[in-house]
Amino acid sequence: MQVTVKLFATFRKGRFDVEVREVPPGTTVSRIVEEAKLPEKEIGIVLVNSRHADLAKALADGDTLAIFPLVGGG
Amino acid sequence: MDKILRVDMGAEGGPKTRIEPVGEFAGLGGRAMTTAIVSREVHPLCHPLGAENKLVIAPGSLSGTAASMSGRISVGCKSPLTGGIKESNAGGQAAQVLARLGYAAIVLEGKPEGDDLYKIFINKDGVQVSVDNSLKNLNNYPLVEKLQGQYGERAAFMTIGIAGEMKLLAASIACTDPEKRPTRHCGRGGTGAVMGAKRVKAIILDDAGLKMRPPKDPEKFRDANRRFVEGLRKHPITGEGLPAYGTNVLTNVLNEAGAYPTNNFRTGRFGGAARIAGEVQAELEVKRGGSATHGCHRGCVIQCSGIYHDKDGNYVTKQPEYETVWAHGGNCGIDDLDVIARLDYLDDNFGVDTMDTGAAVGVAMEAGLIPFGDGPGAIRLVEEIGKGTPLGRILGCGAAVTGKVFGVERVPVCKGQAMAAYDPRSVMGIGVTYATSTQGADHTAGYSVGPNILKSGGNLDPLNPEGQVEMSRNLQIATAAVDSTGMCLFIAFPLLDQPDTFQALLDMIGAFHGVPVTGDDVTALGKSILKMERDFNTRAGFSKADDRLPRFFLQEPIPPHNVTFTVKDEDLDNVFNW
Repeated sequence: MQVTVKLFATFRKGRFDVEVREVPPGTTVSRIVEEAKLPEKEIGIVLVNSRHADLAKALADGDTLAIFPLVGGG
Repeated sequence: MDKILRVDMGAEGGPKTRIEPVGEFAGLGGRAMTTAIVSREVHPLCHPLGAENKLVIAPGSLSGTAASMSGRISVGCKSPLTGGIKESNAGGQAAQVLARLGYAAIVLEGKPEGDDLYKIFINKDGVQVSVDNSLKNLNNYPLVEKLQGQYGERAAFMTIGIAGEMKLLAASIACTDPEKRPTRHCGRGGTGAVMGAKRVKAIILDDAGLKMRPPKDPEKFRDANRRFVEGLRKHPITGEGLPAYGTNVLTNVLNEAGAYPTNNFRTGRFGGAARIAGEVQAELEVKRGGSATHGCHRGCVIQCSGIYHDKDGNYVTKQPEYETVWAHGGNCGIDDLDVIARLDYLDDNFGVDTMDTGAAVGVAMEAGLIPFGDGPGAIRLVEEIGKGTPLGRILGCGAAVTGKVFGVERVPVCKGQAMAAYDPRSVMGIGVTYATSTQGADHTAGYSVGPNILKSGGNLDPLNPEGQVEMSRNLQIATAAVDSTGMCLFIAFPLLDQPDTFQALLDMIGAFHGVPVTGDDVTALGKSILKMERDFNTRAGFSKADDRLPRFFLQEPIPPHNVTFTVKDEDLDNVFNW
C-alpha cells in the first residue's frame, strides 16, 4: 500500500520534506519512525490524515502521515 | 519602581505632570497594574477616545532586573475596538528602560484642546512634555529615525504612526527593539488610538546613568535565574524550534491539523502553506543576509524573531510572526512571503495591528473588493490606511467595522476584535478563549492551542468539546499572572511541561521581593486580574451574549474535519465560575 510521509522543522535535516512510500499492509507509525531514524523521544506531534495519532497507529492505504518535533509559537 | 507618573494632557495651560508614590498599587506590574488602574479609575461607560479614558503603561514586575525574558510592557485602557477593558503587551526595550527609571506606571489622563501634538521625554532627571508639531503625519520608521537624531542611540521609543493620529480602532503603539526599529507593537484593541486621542505622538525613555533593579536576595535570585534559563534552553520549543524557525513554525502544524483558517475562515487547509511556512521563511532570511534568530529585547534567551531582507539583501521588516503570516497570508489566500513581509512593514510603519488588519483585508476580499490571493491588491488596500482615505480608515478600524461597512456576514471577531490563526471549530479550546476572554478574541489570553494541537502543557482532543472550558479557564488565569511579570508568554511552554522551571520562576520572584512565592499565589493573582476585568466589562454593558462566537462558527462546518463549534453556551457561562 502507499502512504505519504511528511517531516517538518528539525526532522527534515538530513532526511526529506515529503515522500510517497510503498509499505506492507499493517505498517505502523512506529515503523515509519524507525525507518526514518527519527529520535522517538523528540517526537512532539503525529498526525494521520489531520488527526492526532500515537506511534502504535496502523496506517491504511492512501494515508498521509505528518511528524513534527515538539514545536510552539503563537 | 516605587512611583507612578501621571500626565494630565488636558490641564489648563497645557499638560501637567505629577509623580506620586506607588501607594495602593505597590507590587503590581504589567497587566495587574494596567487593569487595577483602569478598573478603579476609568468610568466604564466613558468614550474610549474621550478625556475620561486613561492610557496606562506599565513594565512587568520583573522588568528592569537581570531576570531573563522580562522585557514585556503592558498598555491598558478602555478599548475603542472592543468597548471593554484592554491590556496589550509587547516586547522591545521600553519595559526594561521604564522600570530602571523607577516608574511602575505612566498614566496619560485627560485630553488637550486643539491640534498640537506632544512628545514626552523621561530620563533620570525628570519628565518633559513638549509640543512638537514637526512630528505630525510621520509614520513609525521615519518618526523614530528623527527622534533618534535628537535623543541619541540609547533611548527607547514608544510611538504611534498615522493610524494612531487618525484614531483608527486597530491602531497600535510601537516599541523599539534593540536596533531602534519600531517593530514590537502593543497591537491589539486600538491602544494607539487612545494615545492619539491624547495627542501624544511619542514617549522617549532614556535610562542613562541608571542601574538594573537590585533583588532583595541577590544570590538566590542569580541561582533561580540560572535554573530558569537552563529550563528554557533544554525545552525543545524554547531551546530549538523557536530560535531556529520563529513562531511561524506553526504554519505547517496548523495546516496539517486542518485548523488553519484559509480565505477568511472558509477552510482549514491552505494549498500555499508550504511556501510561507517557518521552515522556508528561516532559510530565505539566512540566504538573503537577514537573520532567522533575533531577540526583541536584551535579556531574551529564546530569540524567536529574525530579520527579513528582500531579494537584493535590503532590510524589509523584522521576521513576520506566525499570526501575521497567517492574517496576511493564508487568511487572504496569499502564498508569497515577500508580499507578506511588505504588509508587515506597512502595518508597523502606519502603526496598526497585523491581525485585525489582515482579518479586515480578508473580509474585504470576501466582500469582493479584490479576489482572494491578490497580493499586490492587498498591498494597495493597506497603503490606503497610510493615505488616510475613507477606505483606508475603514480597513484600519479592523475586521468588525470592515464587515459592517461592506455587508459581510462571515466576520471572524469576538467583542469586535479579530481572531488569530486557529479556527475555533477545529481547535475548540481556543474557541472558548476567543469567546470568553475579557479582551475580545485573543489567542494569547489562554493558549489552548498548546494542549489541543501542540501537545504541550496537556493533551486534549481539539475536535471534542469535553474539557475545553476547564482548560481555557486555567490557561486564562495563568496567563493573566504571567502578563503581570513582564515575562514573555513563551516561557509557558517549559513552565507547564517542566515543574523545576516553574519552581525556578517562583524562586526568582520570591528572591527579588524577599518574600517566598507559591503556585497558589500566582493563581490568586491571575484570578484577581480576571475578576477586575470581568467586573469592568459588566459595568461597561457586556453580558453573556458577548461571550459567544459569531453564529457561522456554529452553523458552517469547516473542511477537512467538517466540524462546527460545539461547546455549549451554558459551559461558556461557567468559564469564570471557579
